[in-house]
Amino acid sequence: MLFLTLAVEQIVNGLFLGAIYLLIALGLSLIFSLGGIVNLAHGAFYAIGAYLTIVVSPYLGFGGSLVVAPVLVGLLGLLAEKFLFRRFYRSDPILSLLLTFGLAMVAEQAIRMIFGAPPLPYSIPQALRGQIFLGDFVLSRYRLTILAAVVVAVAAVWFLLQRTTFGRIVRAGVQNPDMVAALGISLKPYMAAVVMLSVGLAALAGVMLAPISGVHPAMGAEVLTGAFVVVVIGGLGSFWGVVVAALIVGVVRGLMVLVYPGFAEAAIYALMAVILLVRPRGLFGERILRFE
Amino acid sequence: MTQDTHPTRRRLVQGGLAVGAALAMPAIGRAQGGATGAPIRIGHLTPRTGFLGPLGEYAVAAAQLATEEINAAGGINGRKVELLTEDSVNPQTASSKAERYIERDKVSAIVGEISSASALAIGQVATRGKTVFLNTGANSDALRGQDCKRFMFHVEGANSMYVKAVGRSLVEKGLVKGKRWYSLTADYAFGHDLLKVAKGFMQGQGGTFAADELVPTDATDFSAYLIKIRQAKPDVVISNLAGNQITNFLKQYAEYGLPFPVAGFGFDTALAWGAGAGNFAGTWPCLWHHKVDTPSAKAFVAAFTKKLGKPPENQAWGDYNAVRIVAQAMAETKSTEGPALVSYLEGGAKFDVLKPRQGYFRPRDHQLISEMYAITALPADQVKDKWDLFTSTPALPGPNEDMEVLAPTAEEAGCRMEG
Repeated sequence: MLFLTLAVEQIVNGLFLGAIYLLIALGLSLIFSLGGIVNLAHGAFYAIGAYLTIVVSPYLGFGGSLVVAPVLVGLLGLLAEKFLFRRFYRSDPILSLLLTFGLAMVAEQAIRMIFGAPPLPYSIPQALRGQIFLGDFVLSRYRLTILAAVVVAVAAVWFLLQRTTFGRIVRAGVQNPDMVAALGISLKPYMAAVVMLSVGLAALAGVMLAPISGVHPAMGAEVLTGAFVVVVIGGLGSFWGVVVAALIVGVVRGLMVLVYPGFAEAAIYALMAVILLVRPRGLFGERILRFE
Repeated sequence: MTQDTHPTRRRLVQGGLAVGAALAMPAIGRAQGGATGAPIRIGHLTPRTGFLGPLGEYAVAAAQLATEEINAAGGINGRKVELLTEDSVNPQTASSKAERYIERDKVSAIVGEISSASALAIGQVATRGKTVFLNTGANSDALRGQDCKRFMFHVEGANSMYVKAVGRSLVEKGLVKGKRWYSLTADYAFGHDLLKVAKGFMQGQGGTFAADELVPTDATDFSAYLIKIRQAKPDVVISNLAGNQITNFLKQYAEYGLPFPVAGFGFDTALAWGAGAGNFAGTWPCLWHHKVDTPSAKAFVAAFTKKLGKPPENQAWGDYNAVRIVAQAMAETKSTEGPALVSYLEGGAKFDVLKPRQGYFRPRDHQLISEMYAITALPADQVKDKWDLFTSTPALPGPNEDMEVLAPTAEEAGCRMEG
């Protein structure tokens, strides 16, 4: 019984972690699906989001940071797209890999030079502190609030991609960019918007984790691998694939900490390997001609 | 040409501590121009990225400060000191960079490191190259025991010193005998060694472990562990974590509001500062902190704060002292040769290490014997500024005790010097 309680508790808790992975992985998946760029700098945008929280919240509070930081990082993404990413959509993926790898290093080092290497303190806002007890369960009030916010953000992204003209063109661009071009639609502005949206989501995750995780220059690298695993498990081109994969990864990690903590991080990679063996395109991956 | 001898460009390329580097440059510029002899090179090597990176910044700044002070006072036997700095990254990189320091840059000493695994790698290279290496941040007892090296000296304390120092506080608070501990341990050389030492201590004192869990060094979320801890209801939660892990752990421990007292066996003040008032909790050991009240400590704190705009923490203490110890050894022996320096350091020389009593290296295992402190977090409402988050015990061992009571015994860490 105790084990069952613990297991349920870990599952609920794992959902939060999964939700944070989701915000980062959604953007990674979008940028790769549409632009063919594996964005190794995605973690850097997440880190910048966390640092902007520290800069912005003395003036606008945590709530203000939730809005302002993603917008500012989105603008940064716009610059990155216009001056860097744009040149690499049609080239060998290895080039964009090198580009974004370098960009990640530059960003991390820039943070180190501006803010210093030691972690900066930042706490949960007073109103969101405390725990909620449900019988034997303990839930962090902060995490529950954030989980709700993630659900809203992800629902908004879903609506944007599935129910608007913008989303239809983006999805068509993922499937067949040449056909989209033949129809007289330029993907350029859409790509810029997708990059803005994607890095903005990563920054949102950074704001959300700043109160409960160390804010330090290398924090982006810490989340990036997990997010990539989510993208690979979920499969390219599928919105729900990424959602399901993120939640699975969060929950599996939580349960592994319960039964065999030494294997908790490795379990995620083992899971990825198994899923790739069974479904090489990931759980819900679509067949995208140019990636085959 | 990843590392030419023109420090300005190399440092800019390396990035990292921009302020510290910028301030250090004039001193090094002079060192190359106006000195009578060729400058004495000291190679500094420590992690500046990754989960130990936050501490590396303090290490580099402090080593540079010590170098500037030495050069301002006329250098060593009329020769200026030139400090080279590198990011050690991981054991493989640390090893090859140490080799490059010795073979190509002809350094007279290597100073630095925080990771126990990397320190071992550097120690091996240094001993092969007959160049002294002062370890300033790696704690594992094994480095002083089975892995000890003729040319490796430890300014940093051994794990068993940390455990015994904070263990005393815990015994006084009645948190040891008959109590159940739940420990979280960093899953690499340092953590494994620390856990072993902690278990030995607990066994000797009549306590038990409710559980001991290994946490990967890249883990950032502790909530799953905290839920387990809450159900296990231990008497004390013990952190054998390292680097950024400690900040994450402290913030999330506060988030979940667990009622159990916290103590840690490995610690750096920067990580408490990174967690902030209200999140920092528990009792922790350190070799030194910025509130130690001796004249030389105050001078160091003032100089460091003036240069960096923030007080030094314990890692800064290690690298600052290590550079000064090397300089003293070279000045006294009038030599930069490894074997001569080893004889001097082994010979019982005393060093002002910014604490009430002077320190010295124990010949048996090359451990710097000096005092320690146990610090306890202040409640958030008693914190006056963001640096003064804790109260401290007086220096341990006390003024009438033998200096070596905290150091590893021959049984805990037996050493047969190689090389």
